[in-house]
Amino acid sequence: MSRQQVEMTVNGRVHAGEVEPRLTLVDFLREDCALTGTHTGCEQGVCGACTVLVDGEPMRSCLMFAVQADGAQVTTIEGIGGGREGLTPVQQAFMDNHGLQCGYCTPGFIVTVEAFLRDTPSPSDEQIREALSGNVCRCTGYQGIIAAVRQAADQLAAEARS
Amino acid sequence: MSAQTGGAARFVGASVKRREDPRLLTGGGQFVDDVQLPGMLHAAFVRSPLASARIASIDTQAALAVPGVVAIFTGADDFPRLPPWWPSEANVPAQHPLAIEDVRFVGDPVAIVIAESRYIAEDACELVDVAYEARTPIVDYRAAGEEGAPVVHAELGTNLVAEMASPPDPALEAAFAGSDHVFKETIKSHRYAAVPMETRGFVASWNKAGGELTVHMAGQAPHVARAYFALSLGLPEHAVRVIQRDVGGGFGQKAFQARDDMAVLHAAMRIDRPLKWIEDRQENLTAATHSRHEQITIEVGVNNDGLLQAIRLDHVLDAGAYPAMPAEADPGLVAAWFPGPYKVPHFGFRNVQYYTNTTARGPYRGPWLIETTVRETMLDIVARGIGMDPAEVRRRNSIQAADQPYQLHSGIVFDRVSPAETLEQAVEMAHYAQFREEQAAARAEGRLLGIGIASYIEPTAFGGGRSMGIEAATIRIEPSGKVTCLMGLGSYGHSVETTMAQVVADELGVAFEDVTIVQGDTASAPVGGGNLGSRSAVIGGAVAGMSARKARAKILDLAGHLMEAAPDDLELVDGVVSVKGSPASSMALTEITQVAYNGADRLPEGMEPGIEETTRWSAPFVTHSNATHVCMCEVDRNTGLVKLLDYVVSEDCGVMINPMVVEGQISGGVVQGIGGALLEHIPYDADGNPLAVNFKDYLLPVADLIPEIRIGHIVTPSDTPGGHKGAGEGGTIGGVAATVNAVADALAPLGVTITEQPLSPSRLLALIEQASA
Ligand code: FES
Ligand code: FES
Repeated sequence: MSRQQVEMTVNGRVHAGEVEPRLTLVDFLREDCALTGTHTGCEQGVCGACTVLVDGEPMRSCLMFAVQADGAQVTTIEGIGGGREGLTPVQQAFMDNHGLQCGYCTPGFIVTVEAFLRDTPSPSDEQIREALSGNVCRCTGYQGIIAAVRQAADQLAAEARS
Repeated sequence: MSAQTGGAARFVGASVKRREDPRLLTGGGQFVDDVQLPGMLHAAFVRSPLASARIASIDTQAALAVPGVVAIFTGADDFPRLPPWWPSEANVPAQHPLAIEDVRFVGDPVAIVIAESRYIAEDACELVDVAYEARTPIVDYRAAGEEGAPVVHAELGTNLVAEMASPPDPALEAAFAGSDHVFKETIKSHRYAAVPMETRGFVASWNKAGGELTVHMAGQAPHVARAYFALSLGLPEHAVRVIQRDVGGGFGQKAFQARDDMAVLHAAMRIDRPLKWIEDRQENLTAATHSRHEQITIEVGVNNDGLLQAIRLDHVLDAGAYPAMPAEADPGLVAAWFPGPYKVPHFGFRNVQYYTNTTARGPYRGPWLIETTVRETMLDIVARGIGMDPAEVRRRNSIQAADQPYQLHSGIVFDRVSPAETLEQAVEMAHYAQFREEQAAARAEGRLLGIGIASYIEPTAFGGGRSMGIEAATIRIEPSGKVTCLMGLGSYGHSVETTMAQVVADELGVAFEDVTIVQGDTASAPVGGGNLGSRSAVIGGAVAGMSARKARAKILDLAGHLMEAAPDDLELVDGVVSVKGSPASSMALTEITQVAYNGADRLPEGMEPGIEETTRWSAPFVTHSNATHVCMCEVDRNTGLVKLLDYVVSEDCGVMINPMVVEGQISGGVVQGIGGALLEHIPYDADGNPLAVNFKDYLLPVADLIPEIRIGHIVTPSDTPGGHKGAGEGGTIGGVAATVNAVADALAPLGVTITEQPLSPSRLLALIEQASA
């Protein structure tokens, strides 16, 4: 299969390579970029485990080919929190509220919620439930996740006011 | 808390935040698919598209010609037959990693293709040319015992797996005859699956020169897997190392390794490079195990006062083609633990299990939970039948504190359980009486509100001297004074790195931050039973505490020698040993470990250097937890959609190590129960094709379906060290029944009886239309 040149900025670093056109973005991120924090649960666009930000928008990286992200700015879970700054308010809220058990779905939830709260700073409970409903978690029963988003939203709103 | 607690309980009982979280929240988890080894190859399976067929021929030539394909193995390559997991009385067929002559279900592994990438392996799978001679399959397990039914395993000459029955009992017949009412229903459970978000997976590397096999896996019980792999592969046990770091759920499905898992390991040993196999979701939904496909015909004799007189069960189970657990387990548990939290003077049962040309039955969180689903849905049918409120029927029949120890017909004894108490707490938390008023008002407007109760007593942490009931912990006080605790657990989300550290920190008298739990690796941990059967807190917690106490005793002995004090006069608090009542006279733990590891000349006569203690403990036969669930819902008359309004759990898992973790287990379990009751289903067509093979067709509960789950606790400590009882499976066990009962209660004014799930909008609409026709 003919290979294609692809170059994208992932978490602020340029990654370039020659890939098969059929290589999915998630496989490019996990294997070519060695960023294994992004997971797959269905490879069909349903579970949300593979969610990353492409030019700031949450996308299912199992449904995109790497070549479609050519030239894009991609943010994966490795580009959110951690490091010297520690956890983001969203990640901290997940920890505080037991929003994860096995942690397999978690990167997809975190990325989804970071984008959601950026775009919807003061969400209603209903909006939170709706925003989370594109992601599947098999462990938590969603209780801790919903509570975490509430906490993070309230905290971010309070910070914005002050 | 246990009576022998060393330090004050500061961590046990507190909702300590999880150790596991920072890495998992930032993409730093290490799941099996994250393991990359130099030279690693990738595997994919060719699977049967037919439910029953003879393999006439397999042509791998075209596939082998694909650049990047390294090897293809088929049944002809003689991977040895799988040894049984357990001795069993049942009719058990030979199991080979790859189909030899016959395929017996859609998804049956026929060939394994090894290539440089997963993409290439999948391409090559398409080119493996298998000629099948199709046969008529047996798909309906209820017909599998009939004369002339196609036989799944010809060598057995029958589809019968096993059957059991209680002896004829004239007193039981007399009790039915003497009852004011006898109700009878057949209650069916549909086929669905554990569906961990991470599918199954392995990275296996065989070091031929060293004779060592290293297996990274998504599993639940590393040592149990290691023993099985060694036996299957003909290797010495110590030549196999099983590692599971982070595992993305399992819920029973990853507890036992099946044919395709073993094919991966055999293949890995025949190639000279590490091999990765990560199951895709379609494989997971078709070839990993399915669960809960069974039915029970139940007869209940009851008097006008609501008191139960007699119950008889006729239980029929679908084993699929290659059941992944001993045939006796689920029906045996149902028969032995029925009728759960209620006093029933007379009881009888029969059960029978059949092979079919479908995916294997395997364990899924509360594998025997039909016991609760059938009993609790039937109790509501009985309550409606005699015109008594379902809460009242349960109240009148519940085992009370004064009845305990209470012996069931099977000989199982309930003690230290609180079904009457959880019932009252749950009903109270649900504002039951108030809901009934709201329901009456809503019904007057034609709206369908419902409330459903389910209680159960759950056997957890099976012990009784067998390997699953034995656990060990090795505690090492490191030269630095930090604490490492090695355990044979295999967490797939259970938080044991946190909860076990809470126990150890308390029992030792050190800071929580100073304790690390190492688990999920057979090379470091003492032999243990892993995470299944709601055992980790009960058995693991007990043994971690015991080892910590031993280590603490040694620390105090040595400190006493160094400080010239009697060990009994010393205490260890926050990593400092001091004389009780005079804190000025003290030694830091690090000073003591310096002597232990680096000053043998200062040790008392006869004391070994170092501080490292192991305890291995065999748990008692079983530990019982119990709970009552209450679910409230509204059913939309026009769409058949169920809206869950509220959900309450009152539970008793004894002493909680970490209430946050316990509540997480309950909530997660409840939602799996709700999913099973309302959405999840893998139907088969008449030809044996599974009809839900991806997440578009296999519906899972998501956040907008799930109400707040409110949880109350009754704490009746068990008699095991620590007083813990299992909390892993109960949420699911009660979740199905409470949800079904809520929907059934909503539809009760229409005169509808629900005996089948899932309660999909189409099923409910049909019932509603039928009722109004
Ligand atoms: S893996 Fe992409 S949505 Fe499930
Ligand atoms: S935490 Fe396990 S799937 Fe969400």
